[in-house]
Amino acid sequence: MLRRNRVSATAAAPRLHGLRHRRFSVLLTLFAAVAVAVVLSVTIGSKSVPIADAWSALTAPTGSENDIIIRSLRVPRTVLGVLAGIALGVAGALMQGHTRNPLADPGLLGVTQGAAFAMVASIILLGASSLLVYIWFGLAGALVASVAVFALGMVGGRGGPTPVTLALAGTAVSAFLYALTSAIVLWDEQAMDVFRFWQAGSIAARGADVVWQVLPFILVGLVLAATNAPGLNALSLGEDVARGLGQNITMTRTVGVASVTLLTGAAVAACGSLSFVGLIVPHLARPLSGTDHRWLLPYSGLIGAALLLLADVIGRVVAPPGELEVGVVLALIGAPFFVAMVRRRKPVRL
Amino acid sequence: MGAEVRLQTAAVRLGYGDRIVVDGLDLGIEAGSVTTIIGPNGCGKSTLLRALGRLLKPQGGEVLLDGKRIDKIPTREVAKILGVLPQAPTAPEGLTVADLVARGRHPHQTWYRQWSSDDEDAVATALDMTGLADLAERPLDELSGGQRQRAWISMALAQGTDLLLLDEPTTFLDLAHQVEVLELVRHLHREAGRTVVMVLHDLNLAARYADRLVAMRAGKVIAAGSPHEVLTEELLGDVFELDAKVIEDPVAGTPLVVPIRPRSHPAA
Repeated sequence: MLRRNRVSATAAAPRLHGLRHRRFSVLLTLFAAVAVAVVLSVTIGSKSVPIADAWSALTAPTGSENDIIIRSLRVPRTVLGVLAGIALGVAGALMQGHTRNPLADPGLLGVTQGAAFAMVASIILLGASSLLVYIWFGLAGALVASVAVFALGMVGGRGGPTPVTLALAGTAVSAFLYALTSAIVLWDEQAMDVFRFWQAGSIAARGADVVWQVLPFILVGLVLAATNAPGLNALSLGEDVARGLGQNITMTRTVGVASVTLLTGAAVAACGSLSFVGLIVPHLARPLSGTDHRWLLPYSGLIGAALLLLADVIGRVVAPPGELEVGVVLALIGAPFFVAMVRRRKPVRL
Repeated sequence: MGAEVRLQTAAVRLGYGDRIVVDGLDLGIEAGSVTTIIGPNGCGKSTLLRALGRLLKPQGGEVLLDGKRIDKIPTREVAKILGVLPQAPTAPEGLTVADLVARGRHPHQTWYRQWSSDDEDAVATALDMTGLADLAERPLDELSGGQRQRAWISMALAQGTDLLLLDEPTTFLDLAHQVEVLELVRHLHREAGRTVVMVLHDLNLAARYADRLVAMRAGKVIAAGSPHEVLTEELLGDVFELDAKVIEDPVAGTPLVVPIRPRSHPAA
């Protein structure tokens, strides 16, 4: 058996090279897809702007109506869409990798409900009334909830949190915070108004200041995600194999949770509950990337950005003169799509 | 034999929480040997192997790798000297053989330098030694049980360690595939000079493929030595509570166990 199969030591090498070549081509294609989505997002809307005009609005603005639409509305909206899409796509892939659960979404750590609770609490307790203030509270709430979940997850597991204790703690904390949030919004009308728009999920009507507000969190989250990828590859073979390969498990989990928290926290605080993006995007990326997280994470980020922008563009044109929130569009096209995908292929084992 | 001792336990105490499985165990693994640990279910052989591979931290005593306490060596450095293959490992769906084997290079990589020509060579050599070069692009889940186990061993080989710990590498395999995997282990030992420690259930295969047998019962080493020294009718009674006849394996000349009946059997 052994001798019969033996071939020269170099036989496998060209195939490995070819694979890497193909992966770079996919990466370029996804970059192109994001670029197309960006152009659509900047030019299409209740008032469509020709590409040439959009270009001149960016390079040589004259103060025309088109220039104002492009510079103060479309560009921040598009940039926020790209950032949130990347953040949620990467966070979703990290989350599914760490839990080895294809149905995990980045909200599993209590991040989404933490952000929601902190926002409505800031309204009734502190009288907060501007978007920037809500977002700060949303970010803080997301971080605190995630730290609480991580701490609870440590209590249960022997030698650091395990995916199971994290998921259990996350579900419990989310349910608890959701109950509190519901109580507040039923009681306070202003909080209800903020909450229902936040819950739908939108990237509209957020200025450049919001982009700058969440950008540092997303950048740090992405750096942590990049350092997490090799460890996640080892972990996907099981904890014992990962330890045998010299990986520090607790460290890998901690960095992963920190990254998911920053990325998801920033995205949901700014754009509302869009964590559905984090659930489906890795399933779109995996057939292209295979199981290697060093490719899965960037692919997921780019697909997340393209998907979020395209859904947003669709939301702008389907119900004129009004707009449909991107979260609603994503759920409407995403849910049937997800069902079809699950039916077509057997559920993946991670 | 007097060869240098690579891996050693000194009065090691192992367990999970309050449940102590192994207490006060001393064992040395010599360079260039194939050592097989045998014993009844629950005797602590897998626990011992996990401790040797620093997957389980001792509650007392110490494990020494090349004379140094293994828990004082950075885990990544240990991973360059010692490879561990746990029992029945699982891989994510769709992982190809080449990708799995490439992941054996993990301890040699840093996040800014992910792939080198050393990695390339090690993976190609590991695939070649395990006879998997033609299956490199196939997903693991499409392979037979024996091929899959060879792929995992190939990953451990790509890690490039002189020491290899294998926990029941033949579980769930039919006899032909068991022999196939053990022939590979023998090949690694003879041609590539690897020191191997493994846990096996099949006593006859253990006798045939090991230089040294270690028989355990209830967390203690009852006997250690060559298969001829260890696999006696008396020991089978003591360790496995089995009445058996030991004859000479007509093919390999090693001891061959023919079971008669368990000692606890009501009919005995």
